[in-house]
Amino acid sequence: MASGRTIALVRATVDRLLFRVRGIEPAPIVLGQRRIFVLPTPTGLIYLLVLLVMLIASINYNLSLGYALVFLLAGAGVVSMVHAFRNLLELSIAPGRAEPVFAGDLARFRLLVSNDSRRRRPALRITTADAGPSESFDVGAHDTHEYALLRLAGRRGLLALGRVVIETTYPLGLIRAWSILMPDAQCLIYPAPELAAPPLPDHANSGQGRREGESGDDDFAGLRSHDPADSPRHVAWKVVARDGPMLTKRFSGLEGRELVLDWSVLPVNLEVERRLSRLCAWILVADAQGRPFALNLPGVRIASASGSQHVQACLTRLALYRENIHALD
Amino acid sequence: MRLIEIGRLNISARVWLLATVIITLAPHAMTQPWWLMLLCVALLCWHVRELYVGRFKPARRLLILLLASLAGVAVKLHFGHFFGKDPGVALLAVLLCLKQFEMDSDRDLRAAVFLSLFLQLALFLENQTLPVAALALTGTLAATVTLLSIEDVRGSAPQQLRAGGLLLLQALPFLVVLFIAFPRIEGPLWGLPSDAFRASTGLSDSMEPGSISDLTESSAIALRATFNGTPPPARLRYWRGPVLSLFNGRSWRAAVAQSDTRPSYIPAGPAFDYALTLEPHNRPWLLALDFTAPGVTQARYASDFQLLASTPVRERRRLALRAYPETPVGVTEAVGLLRLNQQLPAGFNPRTAELVATLTGSAPDSESKLTRVLDYFRGGSFIYTLKPPLLGRHSVDEFLFDTRRGFCEHFASAFVVMMRMADVPARVVTGYQGGEVNPIDGVMVVRQSDAHAWAEVWLAGQGWRRVDPTAAANPIRIDAGLAAALPEGELLPLMMRPAFEWLRDLRHQWEALSNTWNEWVLGYNPERQRRLMEWVGLHRPDWKTLVTLLGTAITALMLGLFGWALIRERSTDPLDRAWNAFCDKLARRAFPRHAWEGPIDYAQRLTQALPHHANRIRHIASVYANLRYGPSNPKHAQLARKLMQEIKQLDLK
Repeated sequence: MASGRTIALVRATVDRLLFRVRGIEPAPIVLGQRRIFVLPTPTGLIYLLVLLVMLIASINYNLSLGYALVFLLAGAGVVSMVHAFRNLLELSIAPGRAEPVFAGDLARFRLLVSNDSRRRRPALRITTADAGPSESFDVGAHDTHEYALLRLAGRRGLLALGRVVIETTYPLGLIRAWSILMPDAQCLIYPAPELAAPPLPDHANSGQGRREGESGDDDFAGLRSHDPADSPRHVAWKVVARDGPMLTKRFSGLEGRELVLDWSVLPVNLEVERRLSRLCAWILVADAQGRPFALNLPGVRIASASGSQHVQACLTRLALYRENIHALD
Repeated sequence: MRLIEIGRLNISARVWLLATVIITLAPHAMTQPWWLMLLCVALLCWHVRELYVGRFKPARRLLILLLASLAGVAVKLHFGHFFGKDPGVALLAVLLCLKQFEMDSDRDLRAAVFLSLFLQLALFLENQTLPVAALALTGTLAATVTLLSIEDVRGSAPQQLRAGGLLLLQALPFLVVLFIAFPRIEGPLWGLPSDAFRASTGLSDSMEPGSISDLTESSAIALRATFNGTPPPARLRYWRGPVLSLFNGRSWRAAVAQSDTRPSYIPAGPAFDYALTLEPHNRPWLLALDFTAPGVTQARYASDFQLLASTPVRERRRLALRAYPETPVGVTEAVGLLRLNQQLPAGFNPRTAELVATLTGSAPDSESKLTRVLDYFRGGSFIYTLKPPLLGRHSVDEFLFDTRRGFCEHFASAFVVMMRMADVPARVVTGYQGGEVNPIDGVMVVRQSDAHAWAEVWLAGQGWRRVDPTAAANPIRIDAGLAAALPEGELLPLMMRPAFEWLRDLRHQWEALSNTWNEWVLGYNPERQRRLMEWVGLHRPDWKTLVTLLGTAITALMLGLFGWALIRERSTDPLDRAWNAFCDKLARRAFPRHAWEGPIDYAQRLTQALPHHANRIRHIASVYANLRYGPSNPKHAQLARKLMQEIKQLDLK
């Protein structure tokens, strides 16, 4: 464990001092000449060895054309270094949207690799510290390639993509050119929904949370303006049929049995992350049943509503509970 | 049986690899045993079928191992050993073909490419001529494209070929610089395997009937000579090879000769300066023109007047020599040596002995004996032919009295036997006679077909005198060459037939080119490198100078390449070019466009900064914005050109 941390520290230092990595970079990241690095690959070293043996053979047998062949191949190796460098040069990389996922799932980051030149850029690869080598991709002339990077979402909050390496061993596989990027890409990670969570905290078993009008179950209680998230069953279609506005019928009973997912009613001994997991699971169940719900967190109250926007807003609150909110903005 | 999915395999790389393998192996067919090539062809055909059908069985390692061991045993049986270049090349060739069936990863592909590169190098052990160089260059291109296609999986074949070609084209300057300035070391670095140098065509140190006429079938070049001034006349063009003194009734062999750093003769008469370029023949003799002046440091002078190298001539060798053809040689010879040159085996050629007795019985001295025997050859109506009949035990008898048809070796042998019977010391000298001046570059070319055997006779007070009995019997051979001397209808090597004059012209051109290639590319050795450096102005260049020169040149090349890589290509769109020109112009006035600024915003900012030009700037920006973002305009190209002109005329002063 300690050695892993040491490696991470060394890598960060090397990145900073040698590879000019200076924290999160604003998009788009354009690969200039100063941030592209080249070194031989293992194949390149074997190639060098092969050439050395061929050179010795040429000297030994006095083969003038042997010298020529070795020198031509050596030249090709050197030239391939410039080609590898040129294959990355002036590429621009911008982070795309990363859909929120639940902790424990795979977060899907997108990077848009754009090629603003007339040359196609073959055989590019993107790697991260925790992902192995990926399949290579090409970016055509004046084209953009959307590259998806999967990373395991370990815990809730904001997952930053962090250090990404774009590399190529084109043209001959002898030289690897690479550049280290810190794209401004983040993925929102919701808490993992609790498995086998208790049922929704309805009034029946909660014993608290009773509101006024609780007795008048399905009583019509008037109309209010329509919200896109409202269930179609509650739309006042008769009004619509008379060319009136879209209105939603209010029922006092439903209002009364308003579902409140409340942090404070959870068992006292439940720790923070378990609480968030349970709330998350409840939100998902409520959403699946199409029931409006309100969310109460310490210091935050989200009024009762339904629909995907509401669900997302609530899950985001859970995800960022006591995290640095400003990062969300 | 499980089949590997096609999608996982890089088909284009495998096709390119196949091309590389074929180009690499094909020229080896000339030197490798036929059964080996048959095996390779069979394996490759099977592989082609696999590629064509597109179904690959997973590598059957056991079968591959079995085939490889079988081939190994066969190679051992064929060559008798493993260590050496021929069995080495044979094994590599089989392994390369077998490798085609074990391609599970990119690493296997690369290993096969590297193996091909070794085999391309091995090609040069046999042959370094221009066509082979061209072939090797093609093979290198194929190998490069194979490596490239392993990376660029989705590229089309022309794209891959173009990228590979560009790579090699850009590698050429490196080749030139390294070839010239890389410090050259004279090999070998260690002992070479015994088969390193194939016994090539050329003279041998013994002569039997037929040994020289075999040589004349070959028009391969034996040596070249570049004379300063007029070359010697045809009758003096005797290039001295082994001197044969020992006769056993059938074959002639060379006696052991002493050698020294100085010749035993004192040069006299006219001199001819020339540069001799000798093709390798794996023998120490240097085949110099008779008789070489003293002072050649890289050679030794044998007591039989041959010029010898200290080691067998294994690569093309160049010597600056001077010849004095009319030098008297061997005026004082040891009695023992003269007696050796009078010995004949007993019990051979009784009829010749009778003839010699009647011819020379009354002759007062060696000189007149010589004249009488030569006269016999002159008047004997002998027929000079490349295809003489076979001779039996009494070879000279049969030649002189029965067949009367023979080649130079028959004439020389018979003449020397006759002289020895008459108690005159005589011996056979082999070498080349003649030489043809290439009209293209003025170089005299001596071929294997010019191989010849003549005689030397020792006369008291005069020393060894060259006598050419072939010339006596058939003078045309010496003055006009083999082709003219042969009877009508006798089949000559193709090139020597008079009807192929144009072909000979072509050959002259080609040989002049080959000679240049040999001298400047193949013959580029430490000596030549030193001379070139001195010519450039680097005096006494040591390896440090060379390394510095090399470093500088390579750095310059690298900088050039990086400069090339950094060139931002200019847009081909005239509208883009116009707008860029506009932005550049204003950037020079310290108002660069920000990356996020659109044309209208930019113009807005500019008009505030440069109120005098507000109208024109606003106009240009709006025209650009209209053309770029507005509805498509049929006169787009025309308007873009007009915009470009306006921008050019925009004077911000």
